[in-house]
Amino acid sequence: MTWREDNWLLRVRNLTKIYGDPGENTLALTGPAFNSNQCPETDSIVACADINFDLYPGEVLGIVGESGSGKSTVVKMLYFDLEKTGGAAWLKPYHDGSINILNESNQRKRYIRNNLMGMVYQNPRDGLNFGFSSGGNIAEKLIMAGNMHVGNIRGRAYELLEKTEVPVQRMDDRPSTFSGGMQQRVQISKAIANNPPLLFLDEVTTGLDVSVQAKVLDLIRELQNILGIAMIVVSHDLSVIRMLTDRTIVMKNGRIVENGLTDQILQDPQHEYSQLLVSSLL
Amino acid sequence: MVENKKYSNKYNFAFIDESTKKEIRRKLLKAVAIPGHQVPYSSPEMPISRGWGTGGLHITLSIIGKADIFKIIDQGSDASVNACNLREFVNAMTGCETTFDTAQATLVQTRHRITEEELNEKQIIVFQVPLPEPLRMVERYEYKTLQMHAEADYSKMWVSLYESYVRYGAIMQGAGYPVMVNGRYIMSPSPIPRWDTPNLHQAKTLYLFGAGREKRLYAVPPYTDVEPLEFEDVNFEIEDFADSACYKTGFKKAFLDELYADDASRKYVISDSNFLDKVAEKQETHQYTNKYIDQLEEYDLERG
Amino acid sequence: MNILEVNDLSKLFNLHILNEKRIEALKQINFTMKEGEIIGLTGKSGSGKSSLMKCIYRTYLATSGEIIYLSRSGPVDMVQADDHQVIDLRKSEITYCSQFLSVIPRVSAVDVVCENLFRIEKDKNKAREKARTMLEMLGLPVELWDAFPVTFSGGEQQRINVARAIIAKPRFLLIDEPTASLDVKTKDVVIDLILELKKNGTSVLCISHDEYTLDRLVDRRLHLQMGEINAIAVESN
Repeated sequence: MTWREDNWLLRVRNLTKIYGDPGENTLALTGPAFNSNQCPETDSIVACADINFDLYPGEVLGIVGESGSGKSTVVKMLYFDLEKTGGAAWLKPYHDGSINILNESNQRKRYIRNNLMGMVYQNPRDGLNFGFSSGGNIAEKLIMAGNMHVGNIRGRAYELLEKTEVPVQRMDDRPSTFSGGMQQRVQISKAIANNPPLLFLDEVTTGLDVSVQAKVLDLIRELQNILGIAMIVVSHDLSVIRMLTDRTIVMKNGRIVENGLTDQILQDPQHEYSQLLVSSLL
Repeated sequence: MVENKKYSNKYNFAFIDESTKKEIRRKLLKAVAIPGHQVPYSSPEMPISRGWGTGGLHITLSIIGKADIFKIIDQGSDASVNACNLREFVNAMTGCETTFDTAQATLVQTRHRITEEELNEKQIIVFQVPLPEPLRMVERYEYKTLQMHAEADYSKMWVSLYESYVRYGAIMQGAGYPVMVNGRYIMSPSPIPRWDTPNLHQAKTLYLFGAGREKRLYAVPPYTDVEPLEFEDVNFEIEDFADSACYKTGFKKAFLDELYADDASRKYVISDSNFLDKVAEKQETHQYTNKYIDQLEEYDLERG
Repeated sequence: MNILEVNDLSKLFNLHILNEKRIEALKQINFTMKEGEIIGLTGKSGSGKSSLMKCIYRTYLATSGEIIYLSRSGPVDMVQADDHQVIDLRKSEITYCSQFLSVIPRVSAVDVVCENLFRIEKDKNKAREKARTMLEMLGLPVELWDAFPVTFSGGEQQRINVARAIIAKPRFLLIDEPTASLDVKTKDVVIDLILELKKNGTSVLCISHDEYTLDRLVDRRLHLQMGEINAIAVESN
């Protein structure tokens, strides 16, 4: 299958998030050159600005940066957890990529979130409802997509939990009774329940024990291999980026300082900050 | 026209002042225009406590006219303490005729039951509602439930039904089973038993619901679709009284109350007291019919 | 047809964190490669062999020049190509086998080998079978097949590395020191496997220090010295 330039899955242009009231010079006075997110004139904070990138089907994009880089903000805006200040994003499967999804109504955003996207948070409590069983969490997504048959719902939940190596006999147990790694895996199975073409992973292994981390990363790799989902992986950990991603964006103080193929960023970083990050890899 | 002169000098007809009645009526119109949608209203102070039927009373007093014939029941009974109390209050404030006979009444106020006999286009029934918000059991924040209703995002409700089924083998909601009104809003029909729920669907009469403590009104106008929430393979069921019958009349096809004697033996009796009297005296009755009761009949025929 | 044309390729490293130190890795490299050829890159350590290979694979960003690769859908300048196009080419046509196996935790040797195969062979079991066959050919002990390569010796890791690169039959193979750390018998197996690929049309660019390998395997040699091509020698094979 030949590669085509217009075959993109997600296109993001000029995505910006500013807290507070920005002035004329706010964007010009913040960023990596100033080593600051805060505008000296208006005290407003530029969480991220002028974010541009494309994502093609089946690709894995990494966003790496330290705290305050704005990497989580980008993903939160694309998943509609945060309201944008400016910019646009288009999703090919949604009206053939002709509509800016960031301007859509709440109902349509909910439709896009449920059917075309999946999200795995760092903290399972953000992605799962601990008041429902793990099967119930998956059922929520399936029901929202219109599946009203309990037998079918349970069948699909069974299938998903098997795929993510969660013991299926615990399908009716609440996630509060699971270990951290297993909670993450339930989150992953919930995120892929409706076979979305796009999956966001926000620091999903940060805070987990090393052995658990390896298991979760391996699962994500395998799912990527089998399902071919496009992913955006946010992490401050370059080794996670190295393991999972094809391309990487390096962010500092809310701006993109470099983007390119992951192995190129790791072996031939061009920007000063990227070189600093890479040389700090243990 | 009020007989007791002591009252006639101090109280307006039907107790509530005309401006407040106007406000409540306007809110009722809005509720009727948007079936199943909860409308906030003034819920004025009454000489009875919150939680004792103020919501139903507000509606009754706002719409009652001098020619109305008023009936009030509490869990089906005309003779319970609270029903009697409120009946006397309404009678004193309006001078209206009161009755126990469902067929005769023009305005019926009820607590937690629909009458066994079918109501027609000329009648109105008013419900006393404790908790108007059907989503409260899955979402405790008001701002979130408002948003869920506004966007018709009821997935949490459905998941809780799924969880109930998975945990107990059935959807355990006994009274106040959540329903979908006019294909748009999920509504709590007040804690009526499952037996009564199908009688809301495509009915001839106007149903008005008032929650005084929560300050909400809602309505189901005549000939509106009201469907209990169910899955494709897990269906809504009404109570099964197949093995029991009213001990006074032997009647089976009505909602029965359980009575316990001192020796712990059980008896059943028809809950709707007026209906019970009519059946016992072999008078003609005009009961509600719906597909669930029809299914019961077939079931009975099968068992002989 | 030339599968690869390298014109005036230069690579300069600018190390900002070392006080703007500059390192010239490649200077004006020019050469072409025919389809189905096997070229050996030779030269001392630091002469630029790996840099050249990495520039072709786009791990390094060339500072100037062109690298025209003839893909199935037409010529592509790897220097200017879009990231997405490069990813696509790497998935479908070009394979790079580095000198050392990059270890992925908790993946068995068999699964490491057949990772690239999933693109073509959707049946996991068949893919694993093929992987096992190849590992057997390369002499990896059976008990290691389901073990994790992180604890293997250099030679064992090398076998897995080579197996992984060869198994998916790429159209263009870049391979760095394929036979280092291997005994003579396994060397032959590896060389035979690569020659087998060549018969099927694969073009190979190979870095090696080993005379035996170069002698048996390559059609032509490219000798690099201090980032420049010193000599292009043609073998008679």
